[in-house]
Amino acid sequence: MKHVISAIVQNESGVLAHVAGMFAARGYNIDSLVVGRTEDERFSRMTIVVIGDDRILEQVRKQLEKLITVVRVRDFLGADCLLRDLMLIRVHALPDKRTEITSLVDLFRGRVVDVSKSSIMVELAGTEEKLEAFIDLVRPYGIRELARTGVIAMQRGQTTTSDNEEK
Amino acid sequence: MTKKTKKDDTKATNFSGMSGAKVFEKMLRDQGVEVLFGYPGGVLLPIFDELHDSKIKFILTRHEQGACHMADAYARSTGKTGTVIATSGPGATNLITGLATANMDSVPMVAITGQVKSSLIGNDAFQEADVTGITRPVTKHNFLVKDVKDLGRIIKEAFYIASSGRPGPVLVDIPVDATTALLDGEPDMEMALPGYKPRGGKGNERQIKLAAKAINDAERPVLYVGGGVILSGASDVLREVAIKGNIPTTTTLMGLGAFDESHPLSLKMLGMHGTAYANHAVQACDCLISVGARFEDRVTGDLTKFAPHAKIIHLDIDPASISKNVMVDIPLVGDAKCILEQMLPHIKDGKREAWIKQIDGWKKKFPLTYKAEGKIKPQEVCEMLGKLTDHDAIIATGVGQHQMWTAQFYGWKKPRQIITSGGLGTMGFGVPAAIGAQFGNPDKLVVDIDGDGSFSMTMVEIITSVQNNLPTKFIVLDNDYLGMVRQWQQLFYNKRYSATPHKCPDFTLIAKGFGAEARTVTDRSELEDAMKEMINSKGTYVLHVRVEPEENVFPMVAAGKALDDMIHGELI
Repeated sequence: MKHVISAIVQNESGVLAHVAGMFAARGYNIDSLVVGRTEDERFSRMTIVVIGDDRILEQVRKQLEKLITVVRVRDFLGADCLLRDLMLIRVHALPDKRTEITSLVDLFRGRVVDVSKSSIMVELAGTEEKLEAFIDLVRPYGIRELARTGVIAMQRGQTTTSDNEEK
Repeated sequence: MTKKTKKDDTKATNFSGMSGAKVFEKMLRDQGVEVLFGYPGGVLLPIFDELHDSKIKFILTRHEQGACHMADAYARSTGKTGTVIATSGPGATNLITGLATANMDSVPMVAITGQVKSSLIGNDAFQEADVTGITRPVTKHNFLVKDVKDLGRIIKEAFYIASSGRPGPVLVDIPVDATTALLDGEPDMEMALPGYKPRGGKGNERQIKLAAKAINDAERPVLYVGGGVILSGASDVLREVAIKGNIPTTTTLMGLGAFDESHPLSLKMLGMHGTAYANHAVQACDCLISVGARFEDRVTGDLTKFAPHAKIIHLDIDPASISKNVMVDIPLVGDAKCILEQMLPHIKDGKREAWIKQIDGWKKKFPLTYKAEGKIKPQEVCEMLGKLTDHDAIIATGVGQHQMWTAQFYGWKKPRQIITSGGLGTMGFGVPAAIGAQFGNPDKLVVDIDGDGSFSMTMVEIITSVQNNLPTKFIVLDNDYLGMVRQWQQLFYNKRYSATPHKCPDFTLIAKGFGAEARTVTDRSELEDAMKEMINSKGTYVLHVRVEPEENVFPMVAAGKALDDMIHGELI
């Protein structure tokens, strides 16, 4: 099962090494990992997608919480939350195929951000499933290059990640 | 956990204008450091200049690994935080084994390493190593000091992290320029650890009542006790719980001494080389109460067949230990002492006559035993030492057969009595460990029971004992083999003794060369006299005992077998 874990960590050098090292040492596979700033400059947010059964994830969560530089951890599985992945994809597109592809881009509410003689670059954000669906549809045209940010997550409503943690 | 004994007077101090090295020395004293083990080096010169006139006693070892094990054993035997210092590069890498040893056994320790000038970091400078990178997996936490103004605060944080919650080693890497720089103004000494919330203190009352009910309802409960009980100082209340409920109690290697083995409820040690009666009791019990233990593979045997009929209660300070190896029915998170104290009033007086009778049957049928015939048996040395020291000495060990015989035959009465590398199984731990424990307990008899293999790894530290006029004793059980590996080769590899025959030097000659007293014993008739001579000697003493070469440790649960699937010696 895919779990999205959000960790608020201290914004210090070495923190990523602590987190990545813990995953490596215990043999947990990271599907994606995103690090970025938060509203508070002292902290960063890591959003980690991990695949594993509930027991492994329970260990991942506990081991993350054990790290001194990790302030809060939350598993978004089952929570009412928004998940977003951002993708840049360059698709092979000779002029005769451009319209076909751009109509797909429109259907997925993506944006064409660059056009060259033989390809177009598309920016698309959404859930991982949406991105996968788009990739499947444009694959027959030929994918030249693809980059994704990995998933970030936030809960709907008024509660924040910090509110959810028991004090 | 250990309480700070010294008052924190950093607030009253004027740090402005002090050098980093001065701040370092002052902060160590504020943290209550009395003894610092280590080895100097180029980037540590400013710090060692401060230590020269310091009240902190510096102990020069002959290898940084020795220093690290000494700090570790000092901590294990006293409950205080051990402190070790080593220089950059090779000095720091020589600490790794010691840090990993302490980390696996949850020992509170602070390791200080010198680092090259911050402007040179990453340049492959002379004696540079990425020490925070290398030590991250073997420490509870580590720090790189980037600015002299952070130094004091980080040392304070390091000691706090090392000794609180589930203790462990913390490393502070200090570039030389941070020790020479002068503080410009007062630094912020307030700890800043927003992500560190050590568990400890009381447990959830509802869970505790649930656990007490499960215990009261059980017909065949067993207490399974680990090193956490010793770390938390919970032995007394544990004993009350066991006696009140009439609950047979077994300990792990790390838990030896947490429960007096002369008590009728004691099952002694469980696991791979535990007593058969402890292992049978665990497999037959209907309620297993784990206190400060972590269901390690050497204890459980085949996990899928472990304690198959038991409801499992797991008390631990580290939430990550719970349901890591076995699924737990009733988790209790918090400090062992606090939770057992909360639980005690809810435990009903128990009789459990049938269960006690069944266990007594196993005790009679499967005693720990050996035959005192022919060459000296290693077991009789351990047993005799127990008797001659009234089971009251502090005993350090290396790792291997001698460690298991010591665990089985000494007869443990009190916590912090055995100083042994449990989790990591570090050969060579015994010699420095005995010395470290002696520094923490100057008036106690400290004896290292060692094997010829383990002893050979670190025997150079005997000179550290001699230089400091320590009365520490070292017994070398010499069987000319790396015995534990040989035993496995005998049992599982058709007696093909690959790389295990072990040519030993003349240990007494070496010991005398170091300036210690020494004696070799080969015959049973001399053994008691030699042991008494050793115990009564004033200084460092090495007793070299030639023992039966192919003696095995029994009972034994082969790797991957169920706990009650034991190989017994020929006497059972």
